[in-house]
Amino acid sequence: MLNPSDLAAVWLTLKLAGTATAVLLLLGTPMAWWLARTRHWAKGVIGALVTLPLVLPPTVLGFYLLVLMGPDGMLGRLLAAGGLQPLPFTFAGLVVASVIYSLPFVVQPLQQAFEAIGEQPLEAAATLRANPWDTFFAVVVPLARPGFMTAGILGFAHTVGEFGVVLMIGGNIPGKTQVLSMAIYNHVEALEYEAAHRLAAGMLAFSFTVLLLLNALKPERVR
Amino acid sequence: MLRQLSLAVVLLSAASVHSDEISVAVAANFASPMQKIAAEFEKDSGHTIVASFGSTGKFYAQIKAGAPFEVLLAADDETPARLEREGEGVAGSRFTYAVGKLVLWSRREGFVDGKGEVLGRNDFHHLALANPRLAPYGAAGVQTLQALGLLEKLRPKFVTAESITQAYQFVASGNAELGFVALSQVYRDGRIAEGSGWIVPPQLHDPIRQDAVLLTRGRGRQGPTALLEYLRGEKATSIIKSFGYER
Repeated sequence: MLNPSDLAAVWLTLKLAGTATAVLLLLGTPMAWWLARTRHWAKGVIGALVTLPLVLPPTVLGFYLLVLMGPDGMLGRLLAAGGLQPLPFTFAGLVVASVIYSLPFVVQPLQQAFEAIGEQPLEAAATLRANPWDTFFAVVVPLARPGFMTAGILGFAHTVGEFGVVLMIGGNIPGKTQVLSMAIYNHVEALEYEAAHRLAAGMLAFSFTVLLLLNALKPERVR
Repeated sequence: MLRQLSLAVVLLSAASVHSDEISVAVAANFASPMQKIAAEFEKDSGHTIVASFGSTGKFYAQIKAGAPFEVLLAADDETPARLEREGEGVAGSRFTYAVGKLVLWSRREGFVDGKGEVLGRNDFHHLALANPRLAPYGAAGVQTLQALGLLEKLRPKFVTAESITQAYQFVASGNAELGFVALSQVYRDGRIAEGSGWIVPPQLHDPIRQDAVLLTRGRGRQGPTALLEYLRGEKATSIIKSFGYER
């Protein structure tokens, strides 16, 4: 039913969204924790920076990432100095771009979940001589579980639906950087509406199912 | 008072007969020449042009959905023909307003030689081109490589852009060492403005015809017809050529 390049795009999209979500949770958790707990003057600045990817249109954000990662860009030079491959037109480049693009969708729910916990559980843990790591994994993570679920779902869904950024960074290479949204767009632009409808419907049905399942797994908030 | 008002209405409506506001959908690659032509046309005719720039495929979908465009300046010759067949374009109004020229371009001086022999050397990682399924310039690039017998060898180095604009950005930002772009993107004052390029001989690929068509919404209106006439004229032709297109 799907041609091989469309299938490759589906697989690549899942791989990208999965990788990006994992990286986002790893990076976003300490960031959100810091933002939730700190009274540092830079809190407002960092918070605003994290939200900034929402402001730029995706293709524009993608354009600047392309310039930044290019041979003249700061990031591009840094990588070249470290003997690393340039990022544009690679899977790694897509992951970096997706992480930047989806950062607010992961940090915001986590920050709110952490803030909602309040001081008391942490103080209680401290009086029981739990060290900060114990406290985090035994108290904070279980209490913030709904926040982690929301962050993961939003990060994943946002990466699946991402288009403008990956279009700029990716170069549309089948099997390597051509993700689902690009495959659909190509069909639409080539006036192959049938193929586009099939892929889009499949993508919607799949995403709906996943979101439904995740929502069913989400614990009810204890009042 | 009433008489003055009705006089004003009469004057206004009389004025609107002679100066239409023309809604034109223009292929993105033709944006710069169109702005110049529009300024001249507005000065000469008194009509006003409201131009939207974008991809021809998107314009097709929008026109089919009832978008209020009166004239389409497409990036290909297929879309106008298709619109005419499907009743959205006025029969017999189609003509080629510009023929695009393909150039193999690098922003590095001296990287692309005057014969395109750089393609045979293996000293680049990425060759940018517009998606050959979507953009005539991309298809022309593929045909050129095929004619040179290099297509299969170079295919793994392709980075495909959604439009010729994006292909240009890939090369201009240095992320792809070279790429097939439209001459109009790099051509100023009769020469390639920066970097190095090889203007691909036209016999290596199908001609890149860009056709204009009058859409049914513009039928019978003075402005759109006048604009299409103007595009065929001497003034527009010399502007079009100065941007690196043929006629």
